[in-house]
Formats: sequence, structure tokens, C-alpha cells
Amino acid sequence: MARRSARFIFEGRTASPGFARGPLVRIGQATRTSRPPRTRDEEERALRAALGVTADQITALAGAAGGDAAAILEFQLVLLEDESLIEPIFAAIAAGTSADAAWSQGFAEQIAEYQAAPDEYQRARASDLVDLRDRVRAALIGGTGSCSKIPLGAVICAEDLPPSRFLEIDWSEGGGVALLQGSPTSHVATLARSRGVPMVVQLGTLPPSAGMALLDGGEARLELDPTDAQVAAFEARRAAHARDSADAASLLTGPPATCGGEAVGLHINIQRIADLDHPDARYADGIGLMRTEFLFADPAGLPDETTQLGVYEAALRWASGRPVTIRTVDAGGDKPIPGFTEDGEANPFLGVRGLRLCLKRPEIFGVQLRALARAAVHGTLKVMFPMVTLPAEFSAAHELFLGIVAELRSAGIAAALPELGMMVEVPAAALTIDAFPASFFSIGSNDLAQYVMACDRSNGALGALIDPLNPALLELIQRTVDHGRRQGRGVSLCGDMAGEPHCTTALLRCGLREFSMNPASLARVKQAIAAFGPAP
Amino acid sequence: MTESRPTHGGTAPNPVNAEGVVKGSVQLIHAVGMHARPAVKLVKLAKRFQCQIAMRVVDGVGWVDAKSLTKVMATRAARSSIIELEARGADASAAVAALVTLIAQDFPEDGP
Repeated sequence: MARRSARFIFEGRTASPGFARGPLVRIGQATRTSRPPRTRDEEERALRAALGVTADQITALAGAAGGDAAAILEFQLVLLEDESLIEPIFAAIAAGTSADAAWSQGFAEQIAEYQAAPDEYQRARASDLVDLRDRVRAALIGGTGSCSKIPLGAVICAEDLPPSRFLEIDWSEGGGVALLQGSPTSHVATLARSRGVPMVVQLGTLPPSAGMALLDGGEARLELDPTDAQVAAFEARRAAHARDSADAASLLTGPPATCGGEAVGLHINIQRIADLDHPDARYADGIGLMRTEFLFADPAGLPDETTQLGVYEAALRWASGRPVTIRTVDAGGDKPIPGFTEDGEANPFLGVRGLRLCLKRPEIFGVQLRALARAAVHGTLKVMFPMVTLPAEFSAAHELFLGIVAELRSAGIAAALPELGMMVEVPAAALTIDAFPASFFSIGSNDLAQYVMACDRSNGALGALIDPLNPALLELIQRTVDHGRRQGRGVSLCGDMAGEPHCTTALLRCGLREFSMNPASLARVKQAIAAFGPAP
Repeated sequence: MTESRPTHGGTAPNPVNAEGVVKGSVQLIHAVGMHARPAVKLVKLAKRFQCQIAMRVVDGVGWVDAKSLTKVMATRAARSSIIELEARGADASAAVAALVTLIAQDFPEDGP
């Protein structure tokens, strides 16, 4: 019995906490079926029907996804209606080619053209065409959409999962995701967390088939074909977790958090505006970190000033007077942006990323600063720069921003210079913190930890080395907090550890009184703060 | 006969000439050039009109169908390039005017 359990329990990494119990469904393996040969007319009708089905699928997805996902999907919809692309394919069918072959060949040329483009941005569009080609082929061969085969509440197992596939799956009855590869920092992991879908990544290899699965996202564990005892233990954990969550939730709506008589600020991190819809978000004291990479991740191109301004204003409207800290675009590292980030860096995490890249590309950075300066007149906006290493970088960004505010004002456009702060994530900056003229600091503990520990945080093999409670990291946090107290400047921490209740005590002991985390973590952290006793 | 010159803000379409052809030109101010988002907007707007609409980038490769996303994307029009439009048909004047406005206003979110 023990041997059987050991064989059927798999450990991975948490990408999204939560519990799922359901059938294991493997997806992503190519299941190519050929179609019986038909007449030319039938082939033409089959392709027209497949195009219609695909257009309906994409339209439905775009409607459900909204925002940036919708813009990507709209690009595909307009392509489907592009006669210069579609007509030659129907001409080939009329000449006797099968619908499947004509469609694939027609797209092969387009895809090759995009792949050969000199511009990296154009090359990146090839994947949108591949996706579209495969969708239509699936509709042509399979008749209906492929997602109908996934039962409600299933634990989906795949090598990796593209965000569009995740969005297609109906999660209304629960279910979870178990990925053999994948990463907790991927887009699909973000989607899973924001939708409360448990996800475990980097599971390695799983047996080719299994019936029932138990997925515990928080414990990063997948149990296949469990015994009754395993199911009972799983359900007990799920119930205990639910009770604990209910206690934490009731605390969340209560009076503000305090520690030793001092107020503790609990702010939220958001990746996009839709994250503000989380039911717990409204209990936050403000937005401690609004990332802006999502604006730049849209394959439809870099965002213009109006688009950015609209998004920043939406965050300020939501906050209605509470502070909103927006981080300027942190591209590079694990967040490449076609047409913006540098190609071919041997080690992008130590490369031209964050503010380094922005200062190198003022024509792109300037658009963001203009939008921020215009948004600043509409609320309590604070702006911070990522990956600051030297005081001169901070000053250069400050100068650039001042120039932009002056330029806008002289053109008669309402603009203001927001309060300017910086992320503390490069060890050199943390060690020389008193040399920076920033008016507030936000500790990016994820990057700070990986730079201090010399560990790639996405490398599962280094999990044990990247403990956020390592004394070296706590020392740097302590120094930054002490500096802020001496200077009367705010210090917040916005890395993952801010939202992990087992780190709360250590952070409070460092003197930290501003936390910023995903909305889903607010209740647990507030509970941990309430439970914190005086330091021994 | 004077032909209106391209300006930074775009020109009003010329009056319909003998062949029923309406022309216009406008500078692309979009920060990243003719990427997917502006191209989708341009094509969707062009398709609202009955007339044939061709576009090209001055000093670029030849004329392409402004109603084809793949063709419009393939012009790879860079920032600051001048786009020329040529429409033939009943609603050609309105089409060129609308497209020039779209490009000159940098593809506004709530645009036409």
C-alpha cells in the first residue's frame, strides 16, 4: 500500500493554490485524424463551415476574456475575413486540393513570410497564424470545438497550457491544472490565480493514463488513483482550509491591521485592471504595485498614450483617493517584449531590463511617462522605477519625467509630477539605499532574493536555496526599512513573501509596516498580523 | 492643376477626378508603426466602405488592398512614414476622409 501511494503522489511547484478532485484529462497530444475524400463542393462547404465555427469560437472567447486578450483575438478574426488570404485557398480547393491540405498550405506561406520578417515583432505574429491554422483544422477534422471533450471539474494535465486554451475551459464547476513543465510566473499561472483555479507546475513525468486525481495547489501535490484514505485526508485538508479562510475573511472586513500600536498598511498588487474585481480587493488600503507589463505584452503592438492613460485613470478611479503606486514597465528578464527588449542576451536577468532598458529607449518610455503625468492630476498617484542600480539612473528618470511634465503643461495639457519612488531589488541599491533621492521604496523581494542568492527563481532544482526567510535577504530588508524610518520615507514590500502568512512575522520583526500582495492573500496576512505577538 | 501636398496632419481627400478616383495622404505617427492593432483598425474601417481602397507607403513597395490585413501588415509601414490612399467607387471620398482621420489621430480607442 505504501509503495502504491509513493508511486502515485507527485510533487511539483505551486502556481495557484486551491483544491481540485476530478478525472485526470490529458490534453495537448496531437490526435491527427484524416478526413475521407469528398467532392470539391463538399470540401468548399466543409471549409466555409469550419471558418464559421472558428469565428464563433474566437468571438465567444474574446467576449468572455475582454481587454487585451480580446485585442489578440480580434487580430485573428480580421485575418479569417481576409480575402487575399482566403480566396487562394478556395481556388486551390476548386482545383482539386482537399480542404485540409489547401488550408494548411495557404497558411504555410503566410507563416513562413512572418517567420522570415526582419522585425522581431512581425516574427512573433507567426504564432497567432499557427494558432488560427490549427483552430480551423481542428474544426475541419473534429467537426466541433475540442474543449467540449473536457468534463466539468476535471484536472487538466498537459506539458504546458497556452492562456487561450485555459480561457476556453469551463471552470465554473471547479477543476485544476497539473502541468509537467510550466512556471509559476507564466501568464497562465496568473490567470489561474486570478480565477481561483488550482495549478501545480513542473511535475516532471506522469504515468500515461490515470482515472481520478486529487490536486492540492498550495501543497503542490498531485495524487493519482487515490485510495479511500487519501481521498478522506484530502477532503479533510480542503475543509480545514475552508474554515480557516472563513475566519480570515471575517477578520478582513474588520478594523485595520495594527502591530505594536502602529498601523500596518495592506495594499494590493495588480497585473491588470480586471484584478481589482477580486472580492477582497476593496478592503485594501490602496494599490501598492500596479504592474504595467500587460499593456506592453499585447501582440497587437506597444500601447499608445491614450490607451495607457485610460488604464491608469481606471486604477485611480477604483482607488477613489487611496494611493495607487504604478511601476513603470519592467520589460526584459523573463518578460521579453517584441520590438522593445534586447535580443540575444546571454543572461537577460542580468541584462538590459527594467529602468535600464527604459532609459535606453526614451521614445517608448516617454509615452508611458506622458500618460502617467496626465493621470497624476486625477488621484493619489505614485510612480516607481524597477531595477534601479545606481542613483544616477534614478536621477536620469526623474529629469526625463520633469521635462515631460513641463512639455505637457506648455502645450496646455493638465499634468503633474507624481511622487517618485523606486523598487529595491538589486542588492547594490539595497546596500547603498541612502544615496538614492527616492521619496519611497518598495522592496521587490522576488528579484532581490534571486540576485542575493544567485538563484534563478524559475529553476525548480534550486527551490531550497531561494527561501525568502534566508537571513541575507532579511538583512537587506531590515536595512531598507531602517533607512526609511530614519528618513521618514515609506518602505513597502511587494514581492511574493508579502502575501505568504508564514513570512509575516519575520517581516513585522524587520519593522516593515507596509505590505503589498495579491488580493487573495489579504485575509490570510491580516490574520497573521493579528496573531503576531511581541518579539521575544 | 495643383495637387494638395502631404502634411503632417494629413490632407483632406482630393475632389473626385474624372476616373472617380479619390486620393489622400497622411503621416503615420503611431509609435511602433503599422503593427497589428492599428492595422486591424484600418482594415475594419476600410471594410465599412463599398469602394475599392488601395494604400501604399511612400518609398515603399507597391499598392496593396487596404481591406486585407495580411497586405496592410506586409507594408511594414514604419513610424513617420507617409501613407497614400487611393479609393475608387461611390463612397470613395468618405472612405479616404475617414481613413486619413483615423491615421492622423493615431488610431484612437473610441475612434471611427
